[in-house]
Amino acid sequence: YLKKKRRTSEPSEIEERLESLICRVGEKSNSSLESNLEGLAGVLEADLPNYKSKILRILCTVARLLPEKLTVYTTLVGLLNARNYNFGGEFVEAMIRQLKECLKVNMYNEAVHLVRFLSDLVNCHVIAAPSMVAMFENFVSVTQEEDVPQVRCDWYMFAFLSSLPWVGKELYEKKDAEMDRLLSQTESYLKRRQKIHVPMLQVWTADKPHPQEEYLDCLWSQIQKLKKDRWQERHILRPYLAFDSVLCEALQHNLPPFTPPPHTEDSVYPMPRVIFRMFDYTDDPEGPVMPGSHSVERFVIEENLHCIIKSHWKERKTCAAQLLSYPGNNKIPLNYHIVEVIFAELFQLPSPPHIEVMYTTLLIELCKLQPGSLPQVRSSTENQAKKRLKRLNAFAKSHCILSFDRSDCLTQDLEKPKPKFVREVLEKCMRLSYHQRIIDIVPASFSVLSPANPVCIYKYGDESNRSLPGYTVALCLTIAIKNKASNDEIFSILKDVPNPNQDDDDGEGFTFNPLKIEVFVQTLLHLAAKSFSHSFSALAKFVCIVFHKIQMIAVLVDKMIRTQIVDCAAVANWIFSSELAHDFTRFYIWEILHSTIRKMNKHVLKIHKELEETKARLARQHKRRDSDDDDDDDDRSTDREDGPLEEQIERLQEKVESAQSEQKNLFLVIFQRFIMLLTEHLVRCETGGIDVFTPWYKSCIERLQQIFLQHHQIIQQYMVTLENLLFTAELDHHILAVFQQFCALQA
Amino acid sequence: MSSGGTLSILRSDSYAELSQYRDQHFRGTRYDQERLLRKSCTLYVGNLSFYTTEEQIHELFGKSGDIKKVIMGLDKVKKTACGFCFVEYYARGDAENAMRYINGTRLDDRIIRTDWDAGFKEGRQYGRGRSGGQVGCHTAWDFKGMVTLPNFFVLKEHRIISEIAA
Repeated sequence: YLKKKRRTSEPSEIEERLESLICRVGEKSNSSLESNLEGLAGVLEADLPNYKSKILRILCTVARLLPEKLTVYTTLVGLLNARNYNFGGEFVEAMIRQLKECLKVNMYNEAVHLVRFLSDLVNCHVIAAPSMVAMFENFVSVTQEEDVPQVRCDWYMFAFLSSLPWVGKELYEKKDAEMDRLLSQTESYLKRRQKIHVPMLQVWTADKPHPQEEYLDCLWSQIQKLKKDRWQERHILRPYLAFDSVLCEALQHNLPPFTPPPHTEDSVYPMPRVIFRMFDYTDDPEGPVMPGSHSVERFVIEENLHCIIKSHWKERKTCAAQLLSYPGNNKIPLNYHIVEVIFAELFQLPSPPHIEVMYTTLLIELCKLQPGSLPQVRSSTENQAKKRLKRLNAFAKSHCILSFDRSDCLTQDLEKPKPKFVREVLEKCMRLSYHQRIIDIVPASFSVLSPANPVCIYKYGDESNRSLPGYTVALCLTIAIKNKASNDEIFSILKDVPNPNQDDDDGEGFTFNPLKIEVFVQTLLHLAAKSFSHSFSALAKFVCIVFHKIQMIAVLVDKMIRTQIVDCAAVANWIFSSELAHDFTRFYIWEILHSTIRKMNKHVLKIHKELEETKARLARQHKRRDSDDDDDDDDRSTDREDGPLEEQIERLQEKVESAQSEQKNLFLVIFQRFIMLLTEHLVRCETGGIDVFTPWYKSCIERLQQIFLQHHQIIQQYMVTLENLLFTAELDHHILAVFQQFCALQA
Repeated sequence: MSSGGTLSILRSDSYAELSQYRDQHFRGTRYDQERLLRKSCTLYVGNLSFYTTEEQIHELFGKSGDIKKVIMGLDKVKKTACGFCFVEYYARGDAENAMRYINGTRLDDRIIRTDWDAGFKEGRQYGRGRSGGQVGCHTAWDFKGMVTLPNFFVLKEHRIISEIAA
């Protein structure tokens, strides 16, 4: 029946069906996994004569993109190899080609999955163990290369070590001497590699109760423990064990000798990581015990859960369901692992792999599926987070309302992390809801941390301020604007505002009247205070002001930049100005700054894209002309055709350069202001004999780190300038350390 | 064999797809409307509480990206909040993320609903129900007392959004 159907179907339909069959194997089914694999192997074997290349492509793709089902697919390949030795060989060759291709285009995360797949193929008798060891020998010898970034060596080391949970036992059994040598080379590499980058990536400040290890150190401890346990690993599901009798009859292939592609200028390796932990065996005393932080099970579970999120991030319900159906539910505290992995991603520095709002919504979906257990895990998580806070961004952005029971927030200085966190979360909650509701739900004892009622303070609206200069003008102005007076009429009203700078002359004959500006802007914004839309239509041409309503400030600054009333550097200078000094550590300030930087970045990208598109248009035009032999236009008319496009390209080129220079200037301004501010503080502390590490200082240094991390790709372009101009050797070592840690991330 | 291929199960993006709803008042063909919907950066947001402010919308929807504009829906007759709004982003990708992660979550205790919109045009901020509210809204209004809404959510008062100049 199947054969008949196939003859009448389109080839693309067949390919879709094959892809669907292959992707679905391993999912919930009425039959056992073994019988499904057996059946699928039979179908594919029968299809090999006609659809071999398609099947190869699909299998290589699942190896690369569905690493959470690694062992299912290695088993499938094992069965196919047992039935068709040539196919096995071609598959291995295709995998090697794919691996080389990935490394060439900097797809290092996917390359790791391919390496792991290849190594598990040893367990399926597809690849001979000695040839796998030889490949790993080439990987480890990368650490002997000279003048290469440490992150390059790190990757090859990681690719080797992270495959061992799957294949360590088999490789050690066949080649123990070689493996011992590799492991001792690993140990000496790990001892000598530098770890300057670690403090920048850590989330918690203290190491108790959960030390935050650098990822390679953690993995090494896990592998050492695995070796001590004689490579016994019990968590990974290995369907190939059920087929041992079939598979060990199969002939194995040797991996071709694999030379790691050399380092080039364009190589971009993954950045180092710190392993985020928040649970251990003491959590959930009633359920299964959490595997220790140095157990290889912990590594495998976390890897798989991260892969599931990576596969299904767009589909929140599917993602939640897949996470919760991860096998081993009754042997491991799965819910704790899931929550830990989600928070690890949320807290990942420089930035989470996916948009933050995805994680909060995912948590909600998980709670919906597991109403009994998950909320308790989450609240235990939240209590932990509250206790040891360093980075607040991701957490504070959650739009769940947290319940607080730690009243020692109240007695502390409001700048300390805990009360500050509470205050900022309440502020965020208020933005999502409204002031009265927050006041209603927050216990009275916490009122000192409650956000202020965000009403707009309009000083000219208060009769008791009658005597303020500009008061009467403000009244006239209010009436005039309400009556839709013309611009001329408005300006003539403003002429009457006294100028406090009357006697100042900056020598260039140019004076301005700050009071006039203040009266106008305050009045305008008071009238417009009802909502954003009204504010935007009113804000035609004026400079920044300080306004009480925080959310409004952020949104207004955004609009002012977009309508080019102010430029980004002006916003940066404003953020660091003395007017905002008292709010310097508030979250909204940093939201504004980062949003400003983002806008600048988007602007540069946009113009660059326009330039590339125009260049492409010109190239197409040339191509069309070249291929048209009958054209007997003379040179002058072809120049005429090119003229406007070439002019446009020149103009865009200038625009790109000027935008890039503006962008660089923005970062330089920001770094310069940070340095000034921090240096002032350090000098003041030293001369006054006080401790440097005030809450303000810690917050400021972290914000500086955040700038580096969040925009690292762009900042990389300015390293030379930064080193020579700003972060020079004379700088205080506290500040210089941040720069050095950043340099170490790609060193 | 390239390293860039993908699998159709990984391409699945059901939350960001077009729904079945098509605006009957849209001027143009079905084809035109769908073309606009597929490149739109504007979302329709429904089932809002009448209390919900523009600022709250900004805060919630700002989580998926920079917002260009929010237009609150109004009762055509009373010019009061009507339980829906439009959110326009600068980038389509940000609107897609809102469809994936903000659609179906709570705001002011109500599960809000988002859908693609072909683009705001003047006049579309008014409810099209017979009494001026949203379609399906009950007609009884009382400035001093109770108002009943489609799902019988009872309000004690409602806020009035007024324009600067009458």
